[in-house]
Amino acid sequence: MLATVLVVAPLVAIFVYLVYKGASSLSWAFFTDIPKPVGEVGGGMANAIIGSAILLAVGSLIGVPVGIAGGIFLSEYGRGTKLANAVRFTADVLNGVPSIVMGIAVYSLIVVPQRHFSAFSGGVALGIMMIPTVCRTTEEMLLMVPNSIREAALALGVPNWRSVLAITVKTASPGIITGCMLAFARVAGETAPLIFTAFGNVGWSARLNEPIAALPLQIYVYALSPYDDWHRLAWAGSLVLIALIVLAVSLVRYVTSRGVLKGAS
Amino acid sequence: MGVGIEVKDLNAWYGTNHALQDINLNIPANQATALIGPSGCGKSTFVRCLNRMHETIPVARVTGTVRIGDLDIYMDCKPVEIRRRVGMVFQRPNPFPTMSIYDNVAAGLKLNGYSSRHVLDEIVERSLKNSALWDEVKDNLKKESGASLSGGQQQRLCIARALAVDPEVLLMDEPASALDPVSTSKIEDLIFQLKAQYTIVIVTHNMQQAARVAEKTGFFLNGRMVEFDSTDKIFTNPSDKRTEDYITGRFG
Amino acid sequence: MTRIRFQQSLENLKEKLLAMAGLAEQAVQRAIEAYRERDLSICEQVNRGEIDINLLERNIDQAALDLLAMEQPMAGDLRFILSVIKINAELERVGNAAKTISDRTRNMEKMAVAELPVNIPRMAELASEMVRKSLQAFIEADAEAARSILTMDDAVDAMNKAAFKSLIKVMEEQSHLAPQALNALMISRALERVADHATNIAEDVIFWVQGDDVRHHKSLSLIQEQQDKGETTAS
Repeated sequence: MLATVLVVAPLVAIFVYLVYKGASSLSWAFFTDIPKPVGEVGGGMANAIIGSAILLAVGSLIGVPVGIAGGIFLSEYGRGTKLANAVRFTADVLNGVPSIVMGIAVYSLIVVPQRHFSAFSGGVALGIMMIPTVCRTTEEMLLMVPNSIREAALALGVPNWRSVLAITVKTASPGIITGCMLAFARVAGETAPLIFTAFGNVGWSARLNEPIAALPLQIYVYALSPYDDWHRLAWAGSLVLIALIVLAVSLVRYVTSRGVLKGAS
Repeated sequence: MGVGIEVKDLNAWYGTNHALQDINLNIPANQATALIGPSGCGKSTFVRCLNRMHETIPVARVTGTVRIGDLDIYMDCKPVEIRRRVGMVFQRPNPFPTMSIYDNVAAGLKLNGYSSRHVLDEIVERSLKNSALWDEVKDNLKKESGASLSGGQQQRLCIARALAVDPEVLLMDEPASALDPVSTSKIEDLIFQLKAQYTIVIVTHNMQQAARVAEKTGFFLNGRMVEFDSTDKIFTNPSDKRTEDYITGRFG
Repeated sequence: MTRIRFQQSLENLKEKLLAMAGLAEQAVQRAIEAYRERDLSICEQVNRGEIDINLLERNIDQAALDLLAMEQPMAGDLRFILSVIKINAELERVGNAAKTISDRTRNMEKMAVAELPVNIPRMAELASEMVRKSLQAFIEADAEAARSILTMDDAVDAMNKAAFKSLIKVMEEQSHLAPQALNALMISRALERVADHATNIAEDVIFWVQGDDVRHHKSLSLIQEQQDKGETTAS
């Protein structure tokens, strides 16, 4: 009981504080307007919200498949091999890379040759950061599938690849999805990698090869600014960011929990 | 209909461990053959050589010939093909946890590409009837998960799943050892009925079970087959002293 | 060594059966002595001994049944317990035969002593020896020794047949001796049966030790002959 309280309390405290500080600045305009120029009152973070969504979509498209594939390899095909150990080690190292370094790396690899900031490079940075979490969680969840299930499938004359996908991965899918959501939630709030890649944008942009706004980035910029107006928007933005993450996670949970059979764990 | 199995000079290794040595035996068609022996004697390894599951372990190796019917299973076909002709039921029931009862039984067919709903319905019903589970689950086929059944029912579900792909041989690795006496009796009665259509090989720790269900029994010890004869001879007057010692429980 | 308790139980069963054998042999010895000495007090002993034999038979059967139910004996152990049960029954019948001899003796005691053309003591000696040998074969699990007993039966059978013939003759020609002759005939018959029981015990020992059922070989060869001639379809 005490442990539950200790864990939930900070979460609730943060949320309550954000509501206190940010709710007053929320308005319809916040969700539909782009930022106004310095000095003018009002404006919103609509472009940042859209931007974050696009960046996260690109990131997920890169991070989730690669991560899951890596996890499947580590658990089902390469177990015990030197290659698997190397892959796992690489994933752990990647996990430990500071996000700013990630941003700089992607900057050198994509932004510099392309000679411009882009949503694409931002998405790549986020995606790479998602890979280790997705990969390791997928591996863990697959390892938890009892071997007897795999054997049962093989004994039916099912080819190994089919057994892996249709049986093992399917059995582990709740856990794998949780892993993806963990990765998603983590990168949703990342600011540092976006500084040198997505760069941010005060206007509308939804194109992959242009700089794009992002909520965390916007919050960062506004919070560091000397303007009270912008500070209020930053608080509002923080509240919205957390709320959106919670919403996204809940949505995924709801969608995947429908269709669970009676009695299945 | 079941087919006979002919094993010649079968040797099997786990890495450097010579788990099976020079096994020669003929398993008759449409009968139940029991394999008994102490833990680690190789009987499970042997059975897994009959459906090429042994080689799923990375350091495993096999030499010798196994003919099922007229097919040399190591030379003439791929493991996947053989496993469709030789079904297996394991010691602990292992239904697929994410699937309904219907999907469990149909799994072998669906995952091998069959999809006609009408045909699947028929096969699922037939398999569940053949494994004496139909009456207990027919109302909840698609709603109940395979894992929601009792242990004995789960095992019969696994039998139905194995039967659905219409094998010729059914391998059972201690199928009732995790079950209570009533469920065990049901499984044994089932084996009696299944003999008419399939060749059954059953590995068992329980000698009374071997005596109850099998026409022929083989005694394995330390990777070798010591004696293979009709069940009543093995249990009333075995030829080899090692068999007698094992059967009467005298060791050391 | 595993199953120590079971081993012990089997030993106990064996001990009991040997005690039974002792009682049965003793009964026959006493009955013949009573006949030879015409001593009724010995007949009394035989009667008392008969009670012990009957009780022990029940005891042994119960013990064997318990072992069958509780220990799931197989192979040699199973054959052993089965043969114990059978030998038990044979020994009880030996006891019955001894009682018959004793009863006939008591009956004859009231009659005049008669010289009869039948060597009861000699028959008794042979029959007793067969019983003793068959139990010895049991103790030593010696199937070959058991087989040798099977042929001894013929001698006793022959003596019984001869006794039958000559005693009938006595009854026809010396009718005043008919009661004694009749009793002597029944005693001879009882001893012939003791020899049969000893033969059965030997067959049971062979079954236990070798798993070989050697009973009724005469009937079997008869069936075989008929089959060879095509006269019967019996299997």
